[in-house]
Amino acid sequence: MISLQSIPLQAFLIVSSALFCIGIWGLLNSRNAVRVLMSIELMLNAVNINLMAFSSFVDNNLIQGQVFTIFVITVAAAEAAVGLAILLSLYRNRVTVDMESFNLLKW
Amino acid sequence: MSIAITTQIICFSILSLVILIGALGVVLLESIVYSAFLLGGVFMSVAGLYLLLNASFVAAAQVLVYVGAVNVLIIFAIMLVNKKEDLKPISDIKSRRIISTSICLTLLSLLIRVDLTNVWSLSSPQNSIGEESTIRIGEHLFSDYLLPFEVASVLLLMAMIGAIVLARRDVMSKDISTGLPVDQELIEKSSEPLLTNKN
Repeated sequence: MISLQSIPLQAFLIVSSALFCIGIWGLLNSRNAVRVLMSIELMLNAVNINLMAFSSFVDNNLIQGQVFTIFVITVAAAEAAVGLAILLSLYRNRVTVDMESFNLLKW
Repeated sequence: MSIAITTQIICFSILSLVILIGALGVVLLESIVYSAFLLGGVFMSVAGLYLLLNASFVAAAQVLVYVGAVNVLIIFAIMLVNKKEDLKPISDIKSRRIISTSICLTLLSLLIRVDLTNVWSLSSPQNSIGEESTIRIGEHLFSDYLLPFEVASVLLLMAMIGAIVLARRDVMSKDISTGLPVDQELIEKSSEPLLTNKN
């Protein structure tokens, strides 16, 4: 039983656009540094949904988008580890996670 | 695709709703712990979307890496830096909120317009390989994507060492400011934090 219709590509793209914009909003408006890292993860997930949708709808024979998604997941894991380590050492030096107080490089 | 179209639409709607509401909760909720657990829910739903797209391997990788590693790491970071602090009020918070929200809404409308108006050149038989996708990914990773695969392993090693170096507590034999030898105990010592209260 093979149905020829499926969910349109645009639906996936709209979900990923909305997720990306929510991530940007959180990145700009969070005061807790951990929440900033979470927003970055949300944005990376939005990009992954895009890659997967295009790989399934446009390039479904050589699924290169899925390979790219694997690489993005790898880089995101490395980014989360290093970002949280930076956050820990920042917290040790400034005793706060408030983004507004990290103004050492502000002129 | 073996699932009927109605089932697919129902699954897609539920997963999208969970993703969007969960993401809004992640950025809007007061408690950071609730945000972290909602983030896990968002990651699981994204894995569900991958399953709808017939990509079982990437869905499994998403659950393992994001829910199993990244989310647990974030929860550990919250446990380590969780301190109730009274944030200083910002004077121009309202104008900042207005500007950033308008920027995000503009970007969202632009992206949705591009999504809907562009004519995508879709290939005709959709999801033709289906179950074979894991085999195909393996072939890619060990033939034409071999170099990025190896570089990714080096990147992971570098990230691991870098995280250890950044996050560990420096053990020094003598105190920097006084020059006296310090006692090397493994218990947590209360130390004067550097660089606090700049303004």
